[in-house]
Amino acid sequence: MNALRNIVDKLKPHFEEGGKFEKLHSVFDGFETFLFVPNTTSKSGSHIHDAVDSKRTMIIVVLALVPALLFGMFNVGYQHYLAIGQQAGFWETFFYGLLAVLPTIIVSYVVGLGIEFVIAQIKGHEIQEGFLVSGILIPMIVPVDTPLWMVAVATAFAVIFAKEVFGGTGMNIFNVALVTRAFLFFAYPTFMSGDKVWVRTGTTFGLGNGSVVDAFAGATPLGQVATATTPHVQITGILGQHFGFMDGFLGLIPGSVGETSALAILIGAAIILITGVASWKTMFSVFAGGAILALVFNLWGPDTASAHFPWYDHLVYGGFAFGAVFMATDPVTSARTETGKYIYGFLIGAMAIIIRVLNPGYPEGMMLAILLMNIFAPLIDYYVVDANIKRRMKRAIKK
Amino acid sequence: MANLIKTKRGLDIQINGKAKEVISQVVPSETYAVIPDDFHGITPKLVVKEGDEVKAGSPLFHDKNFDTMNFVAPVSGKILGVNRGERRKVLSITIQADAKNSYEKFNFKLSNKTTGDEVKEVLLKSGLWAFIKQRPYDVIANPQSSPKAIFISTFDSAPLAPNYEFVLSKQMDVFQTGVDALAKLTSGKVQLGVKAGSAFNSVKNAVITQYEGPHPVGNVGVQINHVDPVNKGEVVYTVNAQDVAIIGKFFSEGIVDLTRTVALTGPEVLEPQYYQIIVGCQLDKFYAGKVNANIPLRYIQGNVLSGKKSEGIFFLDPYTNQLSVIDEGSETHEMFGWAKPRFNKFSASHTLFTGIFESKLYKSMFGQKEYKYDARLMGGKRAIIMSGEYDKVLPMDILPEFLFKAMITGNIDKMEALGAYEIAPEDVALCEFVCTSKLPLQQIVRTALDNLKKELE
Repeated sequence: MNALRNIVDKLKPHFEEGGKFEKLHSVFDGFETFLFVPNTTSKSGSHIHDAVDSKRTMIIVVLALVPALLFGMFNVGYQHYLAIGQQAGFWETFFYGLLAVLPTIIVSYVVGLGIEFVIAQIKGHEIQEGFLVSGILIPMIVPVDTPLWMVAVATAFAVIFAKEVFGGTGMNIFNVALVTRAFLFFAYPTFMSGDKVWVRTGTTFGLGNGSVVDAFAGATPLGQVATATTPHVQITGILGQHFGFMDGFLGLIPGSVGETSALAILIGAAIILITGVASWKTMFSVFAGGAILALVFNLWGPDTASAHFPWYDHLVYGGFAFGAVFMATDPVTSARTETGKYIYGFLIGAMAIIIRVLNPGYPEGMMLAILLMNIFAPLIDYYVVDANIKRRMKRAIKK
Repeated sequence: MANLIKTKRGLDIQINGKAKEVISQVVPSETYAVIPDDFHGITPKLVVKEGDEVKAGSPLFHDKNFDTMNFVAPVSGKILGVNRGERRKVLSITIQADAKNSYEKFNFKLSNKTTGDEVKEVLLKSGLWAFIKQRPYDVIANPQSSPKAIFISTFDSAPLAPNYEFVLSKQMDVFQTGVDALAKLTSGKVQLGVKAGSAFNSVKNAVITQYEGPHPVGNVGVQINHVDPVNKGEVVYTVNAQDVAIIGKFFSEGIVDLTRTVALTGPEVLEPQYYQIIVGCQLDKFYAGKVNANIPLRYIQGNVLSGKKSEGIFFLDPYTNQLSVIDEGSETHEMFGWAKPRFNKFSASHTLFTGIFESKLYKSMFGQKEYKYDARLMGGKRAIIMSGEYDKVLPMDILPEFLFKAMITGNIDKMEALGAYEIAPEDVALCEFVCTSKLPLQQIVRTALDNLKKELE
């Protein structure tokens, strides 16, 4: 450790003002603070500080995403071998998925962090850790077969226009990962919907060679519900096998990489709730809002397949659980008052179900619901803060 | 029966080096200094020059805005020099102390007939008015204001804070005199915040309220917020418990005796205990032999959360009741801090494994875990990211994050509406401690309050 510290100390002058590599100062600083806890001491105010920092906070979220990511990789392989009608062992299946997903992860991180590094240098501030989370979220919420250049374009768009123009991490109005997803969704609709993109049928780096079986149908369960012509529909897997609640909960179903397994997502939820990084108020309210509204549609809704889709299935299929756990709880874009979090969460859940049920054009409503509520979060906070102000005024008048 | 108020939000930080309840005398230093900057918001106008002889209680300077508001010498002796900085700003006035302290005599007797104006006049003259602070703005009280109440907190809940019950155990009678004198200044009541069972429960001429809860429950700001919050246009005075005793001594003996009992605390102090020191005493020499000399240290006047950093040659601040010494930490390089379990570091969040040590089960089995603290920020400065952190440590009816944002953006209407009048930098010290984004919140509050005062007065 001392040897490494010496190297860092020796290199440091070159990266400071007037040094040879002055232009790479932010990058160097980023790596130094990655290696060592900064030894800057407090100049004013409190002399001691809590040992938590934003690096720690972000890394916990990344850690919480790992179960869903690993499961997602396995599922990519599983769906693939199912589609080509071959048997594969556990590791072969996982490895196929790993290789399929890894390029997206790399592209997302390289593009996003690259932009962050450049902007940090231009603005002269430290590299912010926010993208550590966004960068892993992006590969998890796009279909596995999304072309890499699209991921790159969408990531660049989101980082620049959804985050940096507002002032960087902590200042953004919209969830960066969701803006990436929305950009893909609206810019390349043919790639982002239908039944071709959710299951990778081709080979990955020469692995998993084979031709698709005849019975194959790659639509996601929610896609099947949205396009159903009869009021009651039996959702099926890619080979026509019947799906129930447990299939959605465990997650061996077609869908975006990270969203399919409610179980893996719940493990992640436990991590961020126990560590206190995410608010249980938001998370709980999203599920409550979704469940209540879906139940309302079940009981009194129109006579369509999506309205009849059971409320408990709504919670485990599609991106609902993933959005509730990892997207809605993003502290920056969510409501920031404690009361506001209940309202914000509830409306996300409710809105997602409304879009799913009442808008046949969009089988999935979670992305739009969260982005919409991102806009309204400051308004919710405004009214909560206003209530505090009014209480204060009343106190003065009462005297 | 006194009213009992329990607060839940807050945080008691466990740090080593609590002062033993023993009081030692300090060898008086040769030079004493009065630093005008210690009196926040004052512009000094000198009344002495180099070579003048002064007594303890003789005026050195007065405030430019209130020429009756004196600031006095803590000891008798000869003025050594007036040190000036840029634009002739007075940095300090140093006094060569006499071998034996002689006091300026004030002949003032407190009686039932004494009016508030008389008390005010003599306090201004004797320099003791400086100990009376006001909310809003947390500055020395404006003598022209009429406070709706006077708040005194008789206990300090900050980390390693001195125990006033011990400090003032032999001065309860002068404390009572101080309360009686202060009571003349307000048309309202003197409000005393006490702990259940403390000797202060028997103080007369004051409304007693008992408090229970984690820090910052001992902060007078929190107590005001619970008992009689400050609204726009209202003023309350606040006086520290030890300062009440100094004021009380003045009214019973007629002298200005600025001897304070100060707790020397902190993990780097060899024998934490109490000392009797006169305000303005040269402190850097005082520390020799009392602290761990092997590492760079940070000397703090006050507690580790809201105290003032001292460097070089420094002197006892007039408001100090506690001295803390901690590891500066500038030589510490911790590798991969963001990934390590970090068993020896404390966090109020649960992102470190130390959360386990703070659980009731662990505490009941193994007792309180001790943590190591130093002056590092432990991270980089960021925009506000996490929400709800501040609320957990501020037991006031205030939305701290929104107040801070109004302060940062200088939005005066919002500041007023969200409670800027009720808050002092020390109240948000815990918010600053827990802040993931490492924002200098106390400084933000101080600057905002100063601007607010300038705009509105």
